[in-house]
Amino acid sequence: MVDLIAKSPCDGLLPLTLGPLTLSEVDTGPMTSIAPFKGQAAEASSVLKATHGMEAPGANRTTGKEGERVIWFGQNMYLLMGQTPDAALSEHAALTDQSDAWAVVRLQGAGAEDVLARLTPLDLRGALFKRGHTARTELRHMMASVTRVGAEAWMIMVFRGFAETLVHDLQTAMASVASRHP
Amino acid sequence: MRLTCPHCGDRDRREFYYVGHAVALDRPAAEADIAAWDDYVHNRDNPAGATRDLWYHEMGCSAWVVVTRNTVTHEVLKCELAADVKGVVS
Repeated sequence: MVDLIAKSPCDGLLPLTLGPLTLSEVDTGPMTSIAPFKGQAAEASSVLKATHGMEAPGANRTTGKEGERVIWFGQNMYLLMGQTPDAALSEHAALTDQSDAWAVVRLQGAGAEDVLARLTPLDLRGALFKRGHTARTELRHMMASVTRVGAEAWMIMVFRGFAETLVHDLQTAMASVASRHP
Repeated sequence: MRLTCPHCGDRDRREFYYVGHAVALDRPAAEADIAAWDDYVHNRDNPAGATRDLWYHEMGCSAWVVVTRNTVTHEVLKCELAADVKGVVS
């Protein structure tokens, strides 16, 4: 068997630093979407808790911690990140491997909120959008998942095919913000 | 314009795709007469006032939302999950 080289979605594009802002790719490990079967959301959540130590998050929320998270991923869907899904989950939910399907980046630094505000219509203010909160939203016409992972840190996900566009749009916004807050 | 997604909360109109009148939820029975199907497929009111439309939260949680809004004042009166309106178990 040929020894193939895995290329991450943002290979050759990141990391990037502009003033106080850094943009880096996140190696998430395995990612699996969990869509509970009809009427089995509670069962799926309790199996998730028992096997992975994290409950299914409510709408716009996440559970877990850095590296091992479950994020709310839309209507009746969660995304398990950083752990391989336990087989028992498949009795109550449809599991789909998403590991190679998303470009995942981390935007960090003073003004990170201002960078995102240039790209998405979300209300990103800290009092409303707190650490551990997440949203499915639009980011420059791309379907995105945006999660606040720290006071000045965000995890941003778009479909893998948009990796270059994502980096370009974030880079442009970062340069704009960095030039105003030297 | 902002719509309140029952899952996501207050969101910008850009995240939604407009589908059309919520009459689409009330599909006639297969044996219904031709007038009922004609109304269902083709005939739409153009009210000055409250109207009930389907919107799709395309860039958000992917929910279908029934939005009641006033076409004169632009006031959004109600946003409900289409699944709830139809009584679908999630």
